Amino acid sequence: MALGGLLVLAVALFLLWGLRAPVAFILSLRSEKLAALVLVGAATGAATVIFQTIAANRLLTPGIVGFDALFIFIQTTLVMILGGVGYADLPETPKFLAEAAGLTAAAMALFGVLFRKGAEDVIRMILTGVILGALLRGLAEFVQRLLDPSEFAVVQQASIASFNSVDEGQLGIAAVVLVLALLAAWRLAPALDVAGLGRAKARTLGLPHDRLVLAALGIVALLVSVSTALVGPITFLGLLAASLAHAALRDFRHTVLIPAAALIGASILVAGQAVFERVLGLQSALAIVVEFAGGLLFLALVLARRRT
Amino acid sequence: MIEVENLTLARGGAAVLRDLTFRIPARGITAVIGPNGAGKSTLLHTLAGLMRPDAGSVTIAGTDIHRAREDERALILSLLTQSAGTVPRLNVRDLVGFGRWPHHRGRPTQADARLTDEVLERFDLTDLGGREVEELSGGQKQRAFLAMAYAQATPWMLLDEPLAALDPKYTRDIMERLRAIASDPDDPRGVVLVLHDLSIAADHADWCVALKDGRLHCAGPWRDSMTSDRLSALYDTPLRMVSVEGRTVVMDT
Repeated sequence: MALGGLLVLAVALFLLWGLRAPVAFILSLRSEKLAALVLVGAATGAATVIFQTIAANRLLTPGIVGFDALFIFIQTTLVMILGGVGYADLPETPKFLAEAAGLTAAAMALFGVLFRKGAEDVIRMILTGVILGALLRGLAEFVQRLLDPSEFAVVQQASIASFNSVDEGQLGIAAVVLVLALLAAWRLAPALDVAGLGRAKARTLGLPHDRLVLAALGIVALLVSVSTALVGPITFLGLLAASLAHAALRDFRHTVLIPAAALIGASILVAGQAVFERVLGLQSALAIVVEFAGGLLFLALVLARRRT
Repeated sequence: MIEVENLTLARGGAAVLRDLTFRIPARGITAVIGPNGAGKSTLLHTLAGLMRPDAGSVTIAGTDIHRAREDERALILSLLTQSAGTVPRLNVRDLVGFGRWPHHRGRPTQADARLTDEVLERFDLTDLGGREVEELSGGQKQRAFLAMAYAQATPWMLLDEPLAALDPKYTRDIMERLRAIASDPDDPRGVVLVLHDLSIAADHADWCVALKDGRLHCAGPWRDSMTSDRLSALYDTPLRMVSVEGRTVVMDT
């Protein structure tokens, strides 16, 4: 498929652009970063497609209903409790595991609150998500006021996604979890098609709708939490990948939508990182580049929308 | 046969269905009628197992609907809901194909594809098969959803106001198709539908279930149980059944 070619192209670009001796060393360095980019991009893209189907809304992402705010709040609280040095001294792998587990649990709680009545009541769901997000952001900001400047810098560093400092051990664990979650998502794909028809319709077709929603949200929580714990929050990547997948395929079947969104998400991150490293000379952060483009696309989507 | 016993359901502290007991025979068209807010939709959703009653039971074709699993229910009855939403990019053929889901659960076979084509043919949708459902007119859309419910191949089809917002041509089209489905000698289905147009009910219904304030007003064969007096009492307004050119018309007086 053309999208697979796109990813191969992006990968080649990232690996080979400006390559010079020592080739082997640079390649191994780059391929490790590449793995992180592909994993996070694929996980975020797939998670957003699933989330949008469950929410019956093509503009919602896990980030928009307050997931990012949750991550920043947890980081801030950790720094507050442990202090900047204590936070930096935390052993990396256990911290990653605890963070991923904590985020997954918190995300399930958040989604649980949002979807208690299914996706029927979209307005209530969006409002609850936005207000919860604002509350968490407000709490995080309040705690940040209490921090001293050096601790505040630590929080800020942790709040922006970065692929420059990915630990090898964490990457291995994340890879296993994410690949398993992606496979599980793909297995759910035909049932998600039915769920897209709405709760009543899905149930009369014999789909245990509420159990499916729970399973799908569990997968979404896992995908988003593990990638966020690995690199930090990227708000608009998912929206970008999901919208492009819907636009490119013009299809409703999740068996193709999920892989497409995963490929697009991975391609965007890999290509973005290549451009950002070689053209912008690391003078900003990849997340900022992606969010700039994603933010523009989001506005365009909202403004161009004629129905619902 | 649908057997309803002592069915009681409350929502938000208010009783919606009160101690309903009635039967619907296996064949023909059954009209569920009654004034607005009488509990007709709630009754249909409860029969379909989508709402759980506080007391009483619903037995369809020998199966207790509220004890059965979702996948078992989907082989006994299909439900056409009001305001059936759809997904962008979903075409008519795929929509009708969803009706086969209870049989293949995500792994459609050749037989499912063939059956889907037959259903499209039967509902004159073959030419529209590639069109997006969202692009269809209200009448065509309703016909597509009806075809989807039919493709489910269940002995019972429940329809919640299938004629809402349809013009006379499509009203007639849908009712004639339902009549054909209910009296198909090879594959008869029990059809239960919520109706507001009493003339259509009088013209087509074999059996009738009338609700008022969540209570059973009357149930039985339409011909025997429906009179002008009963209809007037049901709707709290003077109504008269008259015969015009051999058909029954309900008019206010």
